[in-house]
Amino acid sequence: MPSTAIEDRCPMPDTDGATAQMMRGARILLESLIREGVDTIFGYPGGAVLHIYDELAKAAPRLRHILARHEQGAVHMAEGYSKASGRVGVVLVTSGPGATNAITGIANAYMDSTPLVVITGQVPSKMIGTDAFQEVDTIGITRPCTKYNYMVRTVNELAEIVHEAFYLARSGRPGPVVIDIPKDVTADQALLADPVEVRLPGYQPGVTVDPQQIVRAIAKLLAARRPVLYVGGGIIHAGASEELFALAEKLHLPVTPTLMGLGCFPSGHPLSLGMLGMHGTYWANMAISAADLILAIGVRFDDRVTGALEKFARQAEVIHVDVDPSSISKNVHAHCAIIGDAKSVLQRMLAALDEHSVPSPSRLDAWWEQIDGWKLKAPLTYERSRTVIKPQQLCEELHRLTRGEAIIATDVGQHQMWLAQYYGFRGPRQSLTSGGLGAMGYGFPAALGAQIAFPDRQVIAFVGDGGFQMTAQELATAVQYRTNTKIVVMNNNSLGMVRQWQEIFYQRNYSHVDMEWSPDFVKLAHAYGAVGLRVTHPAELTTVLEKGLATPGVVVMDVVVETEENVYPMVPPGAGLGEMVLG
Amino acid sequence: MRHTLSILVENRYGELARIVGLFSARGYNIESLTVAETLDPSISCVTMVTSGDDRTVEQIVKQVNKLVRVVKVTDLTGLSHFEREMVLINVKAGDQIAFQRVLQLVSQNQMRVAEVMPDGLIIEATGKWEEMNDLVRELMPFGIRGIVRTGAVALSKEAN
Repeated sequence: MPSTAIEDRCPMPDTDGATAQMMRGARILLESLIREGVDTIFGYPGGAVLHIYDELAKAAPRLRHILARHEQGAVHMAEGYSKASGRVGVVLVTSGPGATNAITGIANAYMDSTPLVVITGQVPSKMIGTDAFQEVDTIGITRPCTKYNYMVRTVNELAEIVHEAFYLARSGRPGPVVIDIPKDVTADQALLADPVEVRLPGYQPGVTVDPQQIVRAIAKLLAARRPVLYVGGGIIHAGASEELFALAEKLHLPVTPTLMGLGCFPSGHPLSLGMLGMHGTYWANMAISAADLILAIGVRFDDRVTGALEKFARQAEVIHVDVDPSSISKNVHAHCAIIGDAKSVLQRMLAALDEHSVPSPSRLDAWWEQIDGWKLKAPLTYERSRTVIKPQQLCEELHRLTRGEAIIATDVGQHQMWLAQYYGFRGPRQSLTSGGLGAMGYGFPAALGAQIAFPDRQVIAFVGDGGFQMTAQELATAVQYRTNTKIVVMNNNSLGMVRQWQEIFYQRNYSHVDMEWSPDFVKLAHAYGAVGLRVTHPAELTTVLEKGLATPGVVVMDVVVETEENVYPMVPPGAGLGEMVLG
Repeated sequence: MRHTLSILVENRYGELARIVGLFSARGYNIESLTVAETLDPSISCVTMVTSGDDRTVEQIVKQVNKLVRVVKVTDLTGLSHFEREMVLINVKAGDQIAFQRVLQLVSQNQMRVAEVMPDGLIIEATGKWEEMNDLVRELMPFGIRGIVRTGAVALSKEAN
């Protein structure tokens, strides 16, 4: 299993006696990255970063550079690399279009709290503000979608900024940090200074958890008759799955993960209710709606989770645990707020519980009976067909063939929801998905980044025919670096989720959702030097998937599925979680 | 409701833009804004007046607090604090009568004549926001040819 914890500080390895030598900024940058433990950079060269690339060619094998085919692909790769491994993802792009192409990835990482350091080239200091060739105000553009950003003004501050950027990216609520470096700074000479202690008087990510709130929370948990654990990405960032498991088992609590939390609690476990929210399970949503206590950990009460806020969990007291104080009571009022990372808070809760006798699971018998009743009333189900492959069937088959242990990256839309419903992730850092931003084109490069972090694991990009075409050019990257990435294209010949909404809410007035012309994905794979397979008949599904997954190298599996299939159950827009449409 | 926020932030380029950007991105209006160094030149104090219901302002305060280089945010509204604003007004006073009446107003209120011109005067006044609004209203009939307000500065009466 990958390491799940994000260290607060990175160890600082020796830098081959590089200290106390004059060197140009470009080399200082790379030495500083190596000090932070970086060995892989995803990037794309250009004019403003020529000095850096000049040094990069000399930095092998200490630094490996993965040449993407588009900067958006490079950032998504770094995100997948980071999400799967827990390490900070590093990106290097040039000024102007290099930076603007990277924005979707940066915004995506910001929404999903993925630690990245993105280095962007900038025109020489003297030309800034002159509308120079390939100049753009990168600092201005990235300010609202980064945790922090820097413009490096002199070579002397470069090493310190790199160190601080990594500290910010991985501490507290993680996120992307941009370092914008004018070209002259990378050419100027300086000494590689020893890193100094980061001093940020207003930034205290390691807040001490209030012990009184822990006592209050435990008392509420023990008294609750209808409790639910609502858990998300914060569990995964903090590496708190074991603690979550211990708490849930000890108190026999139902657990429902968000999309970002998939795998933080094993899906097949009897205490797992499956995902909640717009396309969550009926019983998870009903449980939240009827709960008298919600223990929310590392979640942000996103609108796709809560449905109509005024109808959300009206009978429940809310205990909200989050590392980011601005998430508390942002959308839903917290009766008890605990600021802290999921791991430290859960550890303290478990320690506090040791002072109580373990309550009998039977105290929640009536509650579990009610939940089981909902589960019986509306289990996840779909109609099978002898003639056409159902997308849900594809997800179940993938689960069976990979035992729920693969790392799978998705885009956004129907395929993403079906995978969340039917794949059944076993552990944390297996599900990579664009949750907050909902960016098509994320899945394939993210899978590729994860594969580069774990060359020997089964990594699958599970994408739609629409999303795949947004970043399909990264097939060249996947093949160039001899990866084993597998791409399963759930091909319904349409923009399925938009089509579903047009069907249900716009009286089947289908407007520009048919992919009337797509490339032959098998031939596309061949063109890039990958293997291409197609399956259209349900009887052949298993054979083709087995073959595709077992074939070494990059394999594109074009799985043609039912077009007119909808994702159910569903909370319609404006409705509450307790008002699901079952399909 | 009107809220006065006092924000201590590291005195570095770009930090004010971050604070202001949080407001504009969420569609919150900034009614006034003043910034200057504190006793510690590495820290600036921003006084910002905004309006919104308590929940909105609580969310703004949290978001501003989240900024990496913001050291402290205090919503002074409801706390014991001292708030002042300075206004410069160019008032028309074409004849002797008008001139005398403006001077009378100046002496009755806490104002100062900053400059006398052949057909008017520039008045300098300091006071609470509401007082400055009243003053402007009283001078309006004479004809205001120009006005500039600094926006509020505010100081907590409690020790930091």
